[in-house]
Amino acid sequence: MSRPEDTLPPDLHYNDTEARKYTTSSRIQNIQASMTNRALELLDLTSPALILDVGCGSGLSGEILSSIDPSEGGPHVWVGMDISASMLDVALQRDVEGDLMLADIGQGVPFRAGSFDAAISISAIQWLCNAESSEVSSTGRLSRFFNGLYASLKRGGRAVCQFYPKNEQQRTMISGAAIKAGFGAGILEDDPGTKNSKLYLVLTVGGSADEGTGGDITGVVKGMEGVDVLDARKKHREKGRKEVKKGSKAWILSKKEQMERKGKVVKNSSKYTGRKRHITF
Amino acid sequence: MKLLTLNFLTCAVKACKSSSASFPLHPKDCELVSDTIAPNPQLVYNVLPRIDWNALVTTASELGFPTLPATAPTKEELENDEKMMKELHTLLLETSVSEGILVCGNCGHEYRVKEGIANFLLPNHLV
Ligand SMILES: C[S@@+](CC[C@H](N)C(=O)[O-])C[C@H]1O[C@@H](n2cnc3c(N)ncnc32)[C@H](O)[C@@H]1O
Repeated sequence: MSRPEDTLPPDLHYNDTEARKYTTSSRIQNIQASMTNRALELLDLTSPALILDVGCGSGLSGEILSSIDPSEGGPHVWVGMDISASMLDVALQRDVEGDLMLADIGQGVPFRAGSFDAAISISAIQWLCNAESSEVSSTGRLSRFFNGLYASLKRGGRAVCQFYPKNEQQRTMISGAAIKAGFGAGILEDDPGTKNSKLYLVLTVGGSADEGTGGDITGVVKGMEGVDVLDARKKHREKGRKEVKKGSKAWILSKKEQMERKGKVVKNSSKYTGRKRHITF
Repeated sequence: MKLLTLNFLTCAVKACKSSSASFPLHPKDCELVSDTIAPNPQLVYNVLPRIDWNALVTTASELGFPTLPATAPTKEELENDEKMMKELHTLLLETSVSEGILVCGNCGHEYRVKEGIANFLLPNHLV
């Protein structure tokens, strides 16, 4: 069967008809609910949290977030972003409690630094691999999304994104973009090798570097089966250190990127960035 | 869109990232609705340290609410003052912008809100 991702942009694929069909299918409802619950397990929230739902669609995940019993650490409050007005319309009709925004995650995540305790995304981010137009590359859209997501999460926060990569290359492209944005990353695969196989990208934001605590990916997924820890941060850094000369333009740009990821206000880069300033009288 | 969310939302335009005037967005010609949401004190305690209180004071006054205290209450104050807790819950979680415009104080970009949904889609040249 062909993938909808390969044929149409998401806002056109999820039109009124498709949005209704999608949301009323009990098969889809069940699958999305079970993936949401799995993602929540991985987020491991112990008290009511402010959560970003990326590609929230008609709010199938959000309804679960809102209905978690206080005895289980809920209910959570959520904000959903989606590019399909039709999906959001169905969410409105279903009277979801979360806030909804019509937004393209490939354009970024417009919240101030450290806003959310956690983020969840079910069956959405593989759409970023399909560039909307020739003007913008999918690499650029992936990096704007993950950089924005990284900044919008509080330190020690987590994101869990279930996704359907088309192939190995997309899987690497997506996890690579997350790592480049600064996340600690791991991929968890449920029912590997079957046609029900599900991939979860588990992302952590800084915090404590001690093994076994909230901030570190190896702690999050320790002891879970089928987990691939992708924490390439160290390798990345060492490589960078060898190649980049301190004070060079590349060094300045990477420092600026680092600061921006932390949510700091950074001057725009230009062709003058890192150039020597000549003294003029 | 809840006032809680408005307290975290910034302008999405790339050039505004480095400007402190791009937060908070300023409501213009806004209609408000109030929903009933079950009290969730743990959630309020959780987000309280992350609320930008000055921005909340600004937003509340721009929407025509009575002036908020100049500084945020502490968790202890909220625990001991049921009325204050109730008011904060109402303001943050039960009060929403249903129709209107959110304006960036830096670039002037206007984000439309319809049926509570804010439109943050940008033309490519602003991303
Ligand atoms: C399979 S649906 C999943 C919806 C919801 N998460 C669920 O589990 O029911 C994929 C959703 O991703 C949204 N989406 C795809 N690309 C997007 C983008 N660039 N920005 C925001 N949302 C996007 C689509 O509009 C669609 O609602």
